[in-house]
Amino acid sequence: MNDLDLLESRSIFILREAFNKLRPLAMLWSLGKDSNVMIWLAKKAFLGKVPFPVMHLDTGLEFPETYAFRERYSAEWQLDLIADPCPPIESVDQSLPNDARLAARKSLGVTQAVERYGLKGLIAGIRRDEQATRAKERVFSPRAAGNTWDFRTQPPELWDMFAADVPPGAHVRIHPLLHWNEIDIWCYIKRESIPLVPLYFAKNGERYRSLGEIGITRPITSNASNVDEIITELKTTRAAERAGRTMDHESEDAFERLRTTGYL
Amino acid sequence: MTINDNVIAGAFPIVIVGHVDHGKSTLIGRLLNDTGSLPEGKAEELRRVSKHRGMAVEWSFALDALQLERDQAITVDSTQVWFQSPLRRYVIIDAPGHLEFLRNMITGAAQAEAAVIVVDATQGLTEQTKRHAYLLHLLGVSQAIVAINKMDKVDFDRSIFNRLASEMKTHLASLSLEAVNAIPVSAREGDNLAKPSARMAWWNGPTLIEALDVLPRRRATIDKPLRLAVQDVYHEGDERIIVGRIESGRLKVGDPISFWPTQRTARVKSFQSWSTAAPILSAAATQSVAFTITEDLFVERGHVVATADRGPRQSTSVRARLFWLAPGHLHVGKTLRMRVGTSTVSVTVSAIHGALDVDDLAFHQDRAVATNDIAEVRLTSSVPFTFDLFHENETLGRAVLIDGYNVVAGCVIDRDADVAAITASSATGASTITIHERARRNKHQGAVYWLTGLSGAGKSTLAIGLQQKLFDLGAQVAILDGDALRRGLNSDLGYAPQDRTENLRRAAEVAKILLETGSIVIAAFISPAASDRDMVRNIVGGPFHEVFVNADLAICEARDVKGLYAKARAGSIAEFTGISSAWETPEHPELVVNTGAESYEKCLEKLLTYVRVTAIEGGAIAKGSHASSAAVPAGSLRA
Repeated sequence: MNDLDLLESRSIFILREAFNKLRPLAMLWSLGKDSNVMIWLAKKAFLGKVPFPVMHLDTGLEFPETYAFRERYSAEWQLDLIADPCPPIESVDQSLPNDARLAARKSLGVTQAVERYGLKGLIAGIRRDEQATRAKERVFSPRAAGNTWDFRTQPPELWDMFAADVPPGAHVRIHPLLHWNEIDIWCYIKRESIPLVPLYFAKNGERYRSLGEIGITRPITSNASNVDEIITELKTTRAAERAGRTMDHESEDAFERLRTTGYL
Repeated sequence: MTINDNVIAGAFPIVIVGHVDHGKSTLIGRLLNDTGSLPEGKAEELRRVSKHRGMAVEWSFALDALQLERDQAITVDSTQVWFQSPLRRYVIIDAPGHLEFLRNMITGAAQAEAAVIVVDATQGLTEQTKRHAYLLHLLGVSQAIVAINKMDKVDFDRSIFNRLASEMKTHLASLSLEAVNAIPVSAREGDNLAKPSARMAWWNGPTLIEALDVLPRRRATIDKPLRLAVQDVYHEGDERIIVGRIESGRLKVGDPISFWPTQRTARVKSFQSWSTAAPILSAAATQSVAFTITEDLFVERGHVVATADRGPRQSTSVRARLFWLAPGHLHVGKTLRMRVGTSTVSVTVSAIHGALDVDDLAFHQDRAVATNDIAEVRLTSSVPFTFDLFHENETLGRAVLIDGYNVVAGCVIDRDADVAAITASSATGASTITIHERARRNKHQGAVYWLTGLSGAGKSTLAIGLQQKLFDLGAQVAILDGDALRRGLNSDLGYAPQDRTENLRRAAEVAKILLETGSIVIAAFISPAASDRDMVRNIVGGPFHEVFVNADLAICEARDVKGLYAKARAGSIAEFTGISSAWETPEHPELVVNTGAESYEKCLEKLLTYVRVTAIEGGAIAKGSHASSAAVPAGSLRA
């Protein structure tokens, strides 16, 4: 067993626990690299098919390449795709900084999906190394009715015996990639030849390292035009992965505020 | 990457523990900075944010990301960060030191292979440091490095370091935790973390990083007996595919395997997978697998796959050390759900052997078990469950205890308590007469019929009538009556919820003794709380039948044979069930007799028929006292 085998095995274990314990269950598909890895892992866990719907929280603001990817691979991977539009910008907390408001539409999209489909479990591809508040997460993270995250009352999580029991109205967020690093994701993409939105690969000296919506995601300066070059680049860079996500940096607590109200 | 197959790969997980304010987060923040592991701009951000708050550079902010933590300057939850030494990659788990956040410290430490215990040189070993050390021992972390921190505050005094280092090493040795090294550090200034300290020239030992880099990895559990806890069974056409993770040992196509608790055997037919380079023919510990077997057996989540000759243990009772994380005290009689591997079983805390004093490391029977305490307990279930002892095989040797929606404790199973349980509950100690021999002589098996219902529902009357009928049939029969027991055995108890629980706990223990004599036990107790009835069922362990003697409150009150309802209404009896104390209607009783709607004779007849079918007539004896350990017939496969 090498690093990637271990990471893969634990993710598969987590996905199988979620599928056994939490129904109805759905997986969030942001169309980014991590959630593609997550779908790949689900196909491994469930032997070739994803046995629950995958959800794209559609703000209508994705790049055209991203939409093209969604159409192609939802068919190719035989996914049960749900792509409901997120609630409009007018419905979000107006006290949030500008770009965070755009991101908050996704939080409302999550709440809407949980309510509309009566979800007990929602699988999301966040990782601990992405961002400090995500580092505090549990693999099985219960959300009270209303979708809020209270980091003070998180349950103990022991020895991969995850707490899947929640009161009526609440749901569990499942994070099968929590223990992966950015470079693990890329090494796994390489090993498994997992397809990606082409925006990750450099064109004219720029590429997207973290892929969000138009307007709140900026490319980085890079010449890494394939997976190998990206892995080499990551081994030397000290820049933060989400540096190009503008809403994280508007104020000291912007991201934490987003997360306590349901953002991923 | 080339890795020795027998060593667990992946980042080396370490946990940083110690008393609040002894400088754990600062140590990590500084370590990240000094090894170039902080993202670009983070050090500048820390300087800026710290300055903004009028503080010197606060390295702990690198981890204490949450706003609340910055404001209160403490770590709430466990955080994981990665860092690279010259030798290998580490994942460091910063565990909160504050007592209130012990559950988070445990969450962090449960994932670690080694610990760094941070001790403030000006404070020395505190109760909290010792508690953390004990928990590391309990969680199976076997190696530790002691960082004696804040050496700058004691003028880098060598004698202070030597004294604390030796004190700490002695304490850890008594927990079989090996203190690999004790190192004098000043985390804030980076002394002896990544670089040797110029201010402690007297120190010839390693830096913290050098000490970490020589820690051996945990051995993989490939050479231990096979254990796989079944997660699920998927249906693919006619194929039934068993999925789970191999926790120890190996598994290959053609291997004979045995399923616990059914102990049915089969061979591995094939492994199933998607998008693997080649078909899988064998697998080993840490791998998640999917496979089919050669026989048509009943397999479900919770079953354990092992080999027939080196299988797990089974018992209805174990002795365990637990850490109690819920608010309030843990009491004998508390019924919880216990998860071991992927199976869940209802257990009752049937004895508390004591709470740990972290100073003398002894369990004291006279101490109550409060939140965050470590206690030694006996956990008892009505059905046998499958487990290993922690020192033999970790994965199935630990359990999580759940109350309602909450995880309230974790525990390690130290020994099978069946022998102890029999000795404790039987008047004569372990018996040479088997339950089957008694059943043969009595011509029926022993069983407990627990009559629950409101006062005045007719429990005692039915019990007396049933006893007579069974006696006339030649059965060995006994009555346990709530009112009678309260006059004698339980005369010291009142009617507060805790007293009611104790009343029933004693009754259940007596019922168990009678059951072991092969008797048919008819128990008549109001037993208003569902959790108490579950406790009783778990303590009795053997054949147990909950009989709901159902009559509406209005009917019981109208009957009021003993005049108690009138007194309760007048307020002269406090805590009277149905009037001033809650009654929880049984949700899944084995039998309901409706004395409100049907005649006494009819109810008695129904009860007698039920007893005849379940305890007296053919085949009943074969079901024995541990019915569920009997093999499940293959015919129930597709039920």
